[in-house]
Amino acid sequence: MPIISPKQKQREYDVVIVGSGAGGGQMAYTLTMEGVKVLVLEAGRMFDPVSETAMFHTWDMAPLRGVATPDKQYGFYDASIESGWEIPGEPYTNASKDKLRQFVWWRQRMMGGRTNHWGRVSLRNGPYDFKTHSRQGVGFDWPISYDDLAPWYDKAEMLVGIFGDSEGIENSPDSSPGVLLPPPKFRAGELLARERAKKLGVSVVPVHRAILTKQQDAQRVPGKLHPGNKKAQRLLAANMRLRLKCFFATDCHRGCSIKAAFDSTSVYLTPALKTGNLDILPNAMALEVTLNKAGKAKGVTFIDKTTGTEQHVAGRVIVLAAGSQESVRLLLNSKSNRFPNGLANSSGKVGKYLTDSVASRVSGQIPALEALPLHNEDGVVGQQAYMPWWLAGQQQKLNFPGGYKALLVSGRKMPSLNTGKSFDRVSGGDGIPFGSKLKEDARRYHGSFQSIGAQGAMAANDDCYCELDPKVKDKWGIPVLRFHWKWSGDELRQVSHQQQAMTEILEAMGARFFRAPYVDEPEKAISQGGKIIHEVGGAIMGDNPEKSVTNQWGQTWDVPNLIIGDGATFPGTADKNPTLTIMALAYRAADHLAGELKKGNL
Amino acid sequence: MQWISSAMAAIPLLEREAPAAERSGIRPKSGVAKGYGPDPDLMRKYKPGDLWPLTFSKDQRRLVIVLCDIIMPADKTSPSASMLGVHDFVDEWISSPYPAQKGDRNIILKGLSWLDEEAGRRNKANFISLNPKNQLAICQDLARKAKADSRRFPGSFFYRLRNLVAGGYYTTPAGMKDIGYLGNVPQAEWNGPPEEVLKKLNLPSQ
Repeated sequence: MPIISPKQKQREYDVVIVGSGAGGGQMAYTLTMEGVKVLVLEAGRMFDPVSETAMFHTWDMAPLRGVATPDKQYGFYDASIESGWEIPGEPYTNASKDKLRQFVWWRQRMMGGRTNHWGRVSLRNGPYDFKTHSRQGVGFDWPISYDDLAPWYDKAEMLVGIFGDSEGIENSPDSSPGVLLPPPKFRAGELLARERAKKLGVSVVPVHRAILTKQQDAQRVPGKLHPGNKKAQRLLAANMRLRLKCFFATDCHRGCSIKAAFDSTSVYLTPALKTGNLDILPNAMALEVTLNKAGKAKGVTFIDKTTGTEQHVAGRVIVLAAGSQESVRLLLNSKSNRFPNGLANSSGKVGKYLTDSVASRVSGQIPALEALPLHNEDGVVGQQAYMPWWLAGQQQKLNFPGGYKALLVSGRKMPSLNTGKSFDRVSGGDGIPFGSKLKEDARRYHGSFQSIGAQGAMAANDDCYCELDPKVKDKWGIPVLRFHWKWSGDELRQVSHQQQAMTEILEAMGARFFRAPYVDEPEKAISQGGKIIHEVGGAIMGDNPEKSVTNQWGQTWDVPNLIIGDGATFPGTADKNPTLTIMALAYRAADHLAGELKKGNL
Repeated sequence: MQWISSAMAAIPLLEREAPAAERSGIRPKSGVAKGYGPDPDLMRKYKPGDLWPLTFSKDQRRLVIVLCDIIMPADKTSPSASMLGVHDFVDEWISSPYPAQKGDRNIILKGLSWLDEEAGRRNKANFISLNPKNQLAICQDLARKAKADSRRFPGSFFYRLRNLVAGGYYTTPAGMKDIGYLGNVPQAEWNGPPEEVLKKLNLPSQ
């Protein structure tokens, strides 16, 4: 079974998965390794990270020095094609004209989904993050505890390959021994931050990212992940041997032709195809989940984008992993007599409770880092160090629930077009620098700027949701989403705290600042909803069918053979990035589903 | 003023390398050109003029070459901006079909005319004919205006041109080397900063 065209699809599959990213890819991997016949529908084209990734190209080889344009919204070499916050012919709307109350929505129309476009930061939610309502009185508890998910965090981390360390920090869990790969050494600025932040009670520790700092153990890991399944062990071991360790150069956002950085195509779909149990149908834009007379899901209607024709494929189980809000949109657009308000929406909760990381940034310039002896500071490129939330034990003393983590990247990075103007703020003289002065300033100051970015928790609330726009349709004639967004006082107070604390950390490093932090004006500092591309929710899991859309395995309460396999099921956002939790939940859901299929329960 | 002479020496060579669209004298109106679309070939190495026609006339291009080398002159360790073809990048930029670059197009073309007018007012000549000292004097005045208010013309012209020339310079391999960026090469290991760096920062070994 291979990459197919609509004509080659089989009459029926055990499972049809919409989406090929972190959730869909993980479910396809686990199910096909267990012998389940799977079809993956992907709205975008095939993309080969090995041959299409311009890893070492310098910016002068790219149009416009590689800056972001409407065609490439994260820069030219970002491994995103046909993707972005705005896609021609595929609009969405916002109910409010006020920018602070608008949500922007990144879509990724390509094989592997958003795993192509990712910093690879892979942090576990902590025990408190699953019990937000019990502990903080806001949002929801998850229907599972940390301990329920921990074994699948271990499994996902071993499969994907994640570096990091175990630090014993409250609510920022350690992995089981032997699971993580060794973290890279810190850069000079990160060592300085670690030393100086100590007196503030803030620990700077290795971040966790889905990058191989050494080759995976193809002898040991396959047996742990697939006990008793020799074929799966063999296929996984073979795929692990195709992945090389990081060569400490080039930005993971460009993709990784040596497969050191994780993406769904390289790590999930490639070995899954080798099982012979997977078909992948690219260029298939899902329209609707269809039902049989008994009210069970029977298939998916989709547009074949290569011909513009409408097609249908049948499955005993349907998994939606189209990227949180895209899965929500599919549910809302799948209307029937039985479900006039959208599929699996008898609770009225489909589209509700969108959350995103609460983010802001503070920057300064560190004189101690000026004119350091030159050396290569690429490391794994991007984040190596972070500050896990340091006040988890004192949350009740603060005026906001939920914490945040702070990420920093230091060193002489590859210059960009913006480098030319970056010295204006530190350069003396009565005019902007140019000529030999600019060249001298650049040699001295490049690499001495330090920015810290915080990303924090957001509890679900009633003001952040999406629904179908009553009028607007996309180019396929499918109704589009209309977003409602409003930061609550909790988020804004958190951002004030972020601004104050990050300023103090930079001050401890000896920073000079070029503007006051937005402690009293958090709305000026907060990243717009959707900008960080961590949005989740809209079909949340719970233990009460009246208040949630799915159970703990992503099975919708209304339609048991319909499963949500992406971030839509998150009942809230933690101070951790969502992707690893999407993978662990999908892994757990797939293990459960494989068991149910074997028992004949679906 | 060694850098001025090296810039001048570079002009004939760079003109020989002028992109085809310019050599043939084709200058389509701005807005006709299309962008590279949402699925461009990422592996290809693009040059100014490959994707959309360039704008500068011969005189404008010659003027920008001079400005490039005032903004980023050659010195003992590194070449000037025009030696790296940065003036053609400026042309590519102001010729872009995307909306974000339209403002730069208007201001830079207006600024190039203004420079000759200003040179006429001060020294009764066009900018390129001035001696290096008088050229520099105009640029220093513009740099002061840009620092006072980077949005107000003509300071805005110099601010934007300086950003493009300096940013264009530091995104070339020679510019990266000059600024001390030593990465973008595969390495077997990453061992963190060398001891002398830690010593300078008064930090213990890793």
